[in-house]
Amino acid sequence: MVIYLLCVVLILTGLYGIAAKKDLLKMVIGLIIMEYSVILFFILIGYQKEGLSSTVKASSSALAAAGLSITVITAAIVLRVYERYGTSDITKIRKLKG
Amino acid sequence: MNGILSIFIVLPIVSAFLIPLFNRVNRKMPDIIGNLTVFCLLASAIGIFFLFQPGFVVVYHNLVLDGLSHLLIITINLIACMVAFYSINYMERYTGKSRYYALFMLMLAGMNGVVLAGDFILLFIFLELAATASSALVGFGTQAEEMEASLKYLIMGSVASLFILFGIALLYGLTGAVNMADIARILQQTDSSWPRTFIIVLFLLGFGTKAAIVPFHSWLPDAHPSAPAPISAMLSGVLIKALGVYALVRIIYNVMGMTPQVSTVLMMLGTVSMLVGVLLAIGQWDFKRLLACHSISQIGYVVLGIGIATPIGVMGGLFHLFNHAIFKSLLFLNAGAVEYTTGTRDLRKMGGLANKMPINAVTSLAASLSISGIPPFNGFWSKLFIILACVQSGKLLLAFACAVGSLLTLASFLKVQKYAFFDNIKVEFENIREVPAVMWFPMVIMALLCLIMGIFFQYSISIIINPAVQAVARGVSYGRIVMGGL
Repeated sequence: MVIYLLCVVLILTGLYGIAAKKDLLKMVIGLIIMEYSVILFFILIGYQKEGLSSTVKASSSALAAAGLSITVITAAIVLRVYERYGTSDITKIRKLKG
Repeated sequence: MNGILSIFIVLPIVSAFLIPLFNRVNRKMPDIIGNLTVFCLLASAIGIFFLFQPGFVVVYHNLVLDGLSHLLIITINLIACMVAFYSINYMERYTGKSRYYALFMLMLAGMNGVVLAGDFILLFIFLELAATASSALVGFGTQAEEMEASLKYLIMGSVASLFILFGIALLYGLTGAVNMADIARILQQTDSSWPRTFIIVLFLLGFGTKAAIVPFHSWLPDAHPSAPAPISAMLSGVLIKALGVYALVRIIYNVMGMTPQVSTVLMMLGTVSMLVGVLLAIGQWDFKRLLACHSISQIGYVVLGIGIATPIGVMGGLFHLFNHAIFKSLLFLNAGAVEYTTGTRDLRKMGGLANKMPINAVTSLAASLSISGIPPFNGFWSKLFIILACVQSGKLLLAFACAVGSLLTLASFLKVQKYAFFDNIKVEFENIREVPAVMWFPMVIMALLCLIMGIFFQYSISIIINPAVQAVARGVSYGRIVMGGL
């Protein structure tokens, strides 16, 4: 049971990183932490059921790949934003109104 | 025969890879391949009517097609077909048209996949595919504002996706399955109320963000106007419905089972979105931003109709979903055409365009009347059904809120019509002309659809909406039916 709670703590750490940090790179790192800890949670549940179930075996790698693609495109957009604004501080990135 | 389901996913993915390759051969190839693909998809979406008996549930490996999926498949591919045709000319302003079409096809594959997916992992993968491709398309112009909007969309969308994945993991822990039909069957036999509530909350958070229901709407007024006009039409017209509303309906009705509590929550969220969206919209001066805010409001109508959970409410909600896809895409294409000729999106800088761009003015008038719910346009009937459902289930306050929302929508579209099309013409716009035929042709078709769907509403309901309502009304027996089909 403890291991699940630790995993949830990890998810919340990632969420904190996304919500509270002001630097774009730290937000991306928070996103990565959250992504992989959710996948870890999925694997943990699959492990407890019946060894490592075939469903989880097959799907966890696909999920990790999907997560990686999201990370890569976020990093690319962060780079472009940094190019345009010259800063990675999100409090200074607000040209959009409303 | 059942293999036709895989066409909707395989064909756009294949063409997404072919488009950049053939772009080296000839600059016209991306246009040709892209339009041919979406036309084939639309043809097969309509062909399904003739292939299977009414009331079908078609299962092909992990893909499931029933009435509800079919409604969404038709909506997605119809709008995609119109939008791809419009893009031929509109996207000349941007460089990298082949990349645009490739991303467009990937987004289309993602949406079709979400709608057809029969298990949660497949649904999640396609959800990520559509979200990734659409966030790249939001930032397609690479201006500072566009990149900012794209970043905001991507971060909020990823967090929402992770909530959904967390919900899927918990559901897997509860039932030991990821197939929707399996889960629906197992959940009926187990009694587990609190984990189920928690999972529904996670799904509401995740898919609610994807559908831009208030209070998860803050990304939408930034992301939708920043994209190129055809993509705004796709995003507002179908993406928020396929990724958000469809998935919510499928999970709440067919997998978890509708409960009075969920119904109340959906009705509240729907009403709040309806009113907050329209109040946000009424003060906007940016044409596309105004339309984006209206998307929040109209999604509120859909969610309210679905939340009432009576047959007429669900019918109204799904009919409004289809109608909104048509008229909102049309309005975004109009806004794109206005931007194409005048170079501005600010309503205060426009004026008197009706004399110079008559086709654009007429089609946008049709769409405005439709979105405000003026008879005989299609928006009137779907809103009427939603209000009737409210009255029928004794919720007069909600019916009143619907009417108020509709009135405010009318007010804000009167503003659009007056400032953009009916005022005196500005000096700098003396020499503008109507957009080329490639651009106005899809707009005319969509305006005609608004009118025809409204006048012959009983046929449109009996042909495409009723099978979807039947599929929703099956409830959790969906699991048994799909497993029987395997």
